[in-house]
Amino acid sequence: MTTTDDTAVSSPPRAAIAARNLRIDNWRRGPILTVLGITAWVAYATFRVFYQGDYWVADYHYLTPFYSPCVSEGCVPESAHFGRFLPDHPLLPYAALSLPFLLAFRLTCYYYRKAYYRSFWLSPPACAVPDGHAKYTGETRFPLIGQNLHRYFFYLAFAISLVNTWDAVLAFHSPDGFGFGLGNVVLVANVVLLWCYTLGCHSCRHVMGGRLKHFSKHPVRYRLWTISSALNGRHMMWAWITLASLALTDAYVMAVAAGWIDDLRFIG
Amino acid sequence: MDTRTFRVWRGDADGGDFAEFDVAVNEGEVILDVVHRIQAEQAPDLAVRWNCKAGKCGSCSAEVNGMPRLMCMTRMNLFEEGETVTITPLRTFPVVRDLVTDVSFNYRKAREMPAFAPPPDLKPGEYRMRQVDVERSQEFRKCIECFLCQNTCHVVRDHEENKQPFAGPRVFIRAAELDMHPLDARDDRQAMAQDEQGLGYCNITKCCTDVCPENIHITDNAIIPMKERVAGDRYDPLVWLGRKIFRKEKAPKPAE
Repeated sequence: MTTTDDTAVSSPPRAAIAARNLRIDNWRRGPILTVLGITAWVAYATFRVFYQGDYWVADYHYLTPFYSPCVSEGCVPESAHFGRFLPDHPLLPYAALSLPFLLAFRLTCYYYRKAYYRSFWLSPPACAVPDGHAKYTGETRFPLIGQNLHRYFFYLAFAISLVNTWDAVLAFHSPDGFGFGLGNVVLVANVVLLWCYTLGCHSCRHVMGGRLKHFSKHPVRYRLWTISSALNGRHMMWAWITLASLALTDAYVMAVAAGWIDDLRFIG
Repeated sequence: MDTRTFRVWRGDADGGDFAEFDVAVNEGEVILDVVHRIQAEQAPDLAVRWNCKAGKCGSCSAEVNGMPRLMCMTRMNLFEEGETVTITPLRTFPVVRDLVTDVSFNYRKAREMPAFAPPPDLKPGEYRMRQVDVERSQEFRKCIECFLCQNTCHVVRDHEENKQPFAGPRVFIRAAELDMHPLDARDDRQAMAQDEQGLGYCNITKCCTDVCPENIHITDNAIIPMKERVAGDRYDPLVWLGRKIFRKEKAPKPAE
């Protein structure tokens, strides 16, 4: 006869099976990779946001997304497309107007919620593997009921994506006027990927048409919902790709701005 | 034909243990075939619930090597030769005997869901719907009520006390199906899902979707849209502003 412990999954009247989970596949791999990936990204982003240097390439007008919009009095004047009105302080990011909202957008994103609930909070770490906590109330009370604010952050992220797009347009520049280099490819690719992530967001899908009961009465919104749904089907992929593209875009701009590499120029 | 080893949990609510069986397995067979062979040749009193053997009746739900699965749809070539396969009953519901569990929790929750409410001005036979309007609801009609989603959901699997406030993913896809239905006349389904069925307990970790044998996108197409509809009613700044300007009311509370 097996013994039981006091967890729900092993307690009578359920089958009294001592092992709390019987999975023999490598279910730990997913949570571990998620923890490593997110931790590495947060460490890099934190370093860059507070570094406050090598974010702007004056010759080609490349501005890294981690400093967009640059609104601190410490910003290079040409990089501040929307004015400089925040005080210059080592603990205040140059893009303090956008970064907290982008962070909140990702923190409340339905995909990232799944990722960090599973990997950081172990609730649950994997399917049919016991929850790491004795009590569970989900998103019914403070602070997690705040996840419902995702809608607010989506609207703000949408606006910030427009700013990033504007940055990418302004970057077609050289000392002689119009210019086009590898940095433009990187910035435009990053913006396209950011739009794929933002427009595939579950809140966007709802706003575009998901809230409707009769698609047939709203053909344009149905079309928008269809596009958003297609992007939404790979939301996890866009979430990870944009983390990588943001870091790579920033690293490229930093490398050019610091003079470590020269931008490969096609025109100008 | 080769011989494989199976550990099958045998017992009832008073206790039990694993029994080990060496069973001949043929190419192309599924776990349910093996369980039937154990019944036929070694343990005629082994209790197992099954019916269609085609993945459509939802009867033979169990856990194979710790993962919730339909036994009739779990092919033996998923497992390595020499690998011992462990079969247990669903671990979220009370066990009746051996691999049979009491899934009445799910029927109780389903009964609490108000049925489809047709528009009062239409008689049966007068309903007309466009395909584009019913497509979303039709995905949820594929549900075979195997209750693997209910079984794997950690909200009730690991927290028995949540069985009272939480209805579970199977009920949420029914709520979404009706809330998205072009002819359903009730306007309190979102409030009901949030306030009475425990939608807020779901932390969208997607295990329900992962185990669904009908590949219904339970989380992305039902639970999250319902959460978004609730958020739209209660937390959307633009909706709030629109209501202020046009003096519209919030969605009603669930009807008594």
